[in-house]
Amino acid sequence: MFSIGLGHYLTLAAIIFTIGVVGIFLNRKNVIVILMSIELILLAVNINLVAFSIFINDLSGQIFTLFILTVAAAEAAIGLAIIVVYFRNSDTIRVEEIKNLKG
Amino acid sequence: MIAHSVFFYIFSLIAIVSAVMVTVSKNTVHSVFFLILDFISISCLFIMIGAEFLGMIMLIVYVGAVAVLFLFVVMMLNVAEQKGQWFSSRWDGGTHIPVGLLVSLIIFFELIIVIGGWKYKPDLLNSLSINISNEVTNTRSIGNVLYTDYILLFQISGMILLVAMIGAIVLTYRERAGVKRQSYVKQISREKDEGVDLVETERNKGVKIDV
Repeated sequence: MFSIGLGHYLTLAAIIFTIGVVGIFLNRKNVIVILMSIELILLAVNINLVAFSIFINDLSGQIFTLFILTVAAAEAAIGLAIIVVYFRNSDTIRVEEIKNLKG
Repeated sequence: MIAHSVFFYIFSLIAIVSAVMVTVSKNTVHSVFFLILDFISISCLFIMIGAEFLGMIMLIVYVGAVAVLFLFVVMMLNVAEQKGQWFSSRWDGGTHIPVGLLVSLIIFFELIIVIGGWKYKPDLLNSLSINISNEVTNTRSIGNVLYTDYILLFQISGMILLVAMIGAIVLTYRERAGVKRQSYVKQISREKDEGVDLVETERNKGVKIDV
């Protein structure tokens, strides 16, 4: 209980990952919150990588966390640009009103 | 050790609660604020565990850039206040809520089973090539590896950022009508004959311009 091991970090990452997945599944408000849930999922993955990197004593995990950070920043920028364009075209980003693909 | 575990529990509790609040907040601006809180507490955990450089980079990149970008878009689109339910279910009769919760619970328990039933092998310890040494700082050791072994990946990630930047600009660019702007082609291809007009003037009389 009082010595923090690898399992604690992995459990924290699993909880945050699941919250992100719940956010994607249940969200009917707007797409921006879905993008934030994706950021949460990437954050959980980063926690896993850093915890393994420290506890296995290998630096590669931290390097890969840097690359995941880069990709997450690029993805947020592109996703928000797409949302802005969509909002300009159809005046809404509510998830339940986005049904051009009939999905 | 006790202090370490107490701080771990505090920061992880804040992280989990703010992650939940990101999902369930009615106001999107509040969601962004809780996202910032989440990133800050996770980067505190990173600094505690010994990855100082990544913790600081998380603060700079996520809190300084990504969260501000989210906030900017939320305020620009004016969608901050969403009317209605947390998870409104008008269009499919609400069947997605139990199904989504079920699938998420299954995912969570699978992850927990994997963590609980798994013990990492002792021979995996210290067996890989790039070890963390205690003599140099975290930043220095990351730099030693990043600019030598991972230089190609580093440059490719730079290209990814460049492509993302150009893509965001191309996507959101729009030409407005009625805006006066500079035309470089017109400027450069101007000749002396069409640009300069020599007029014979009489003495003590002015010249009419723009006739």
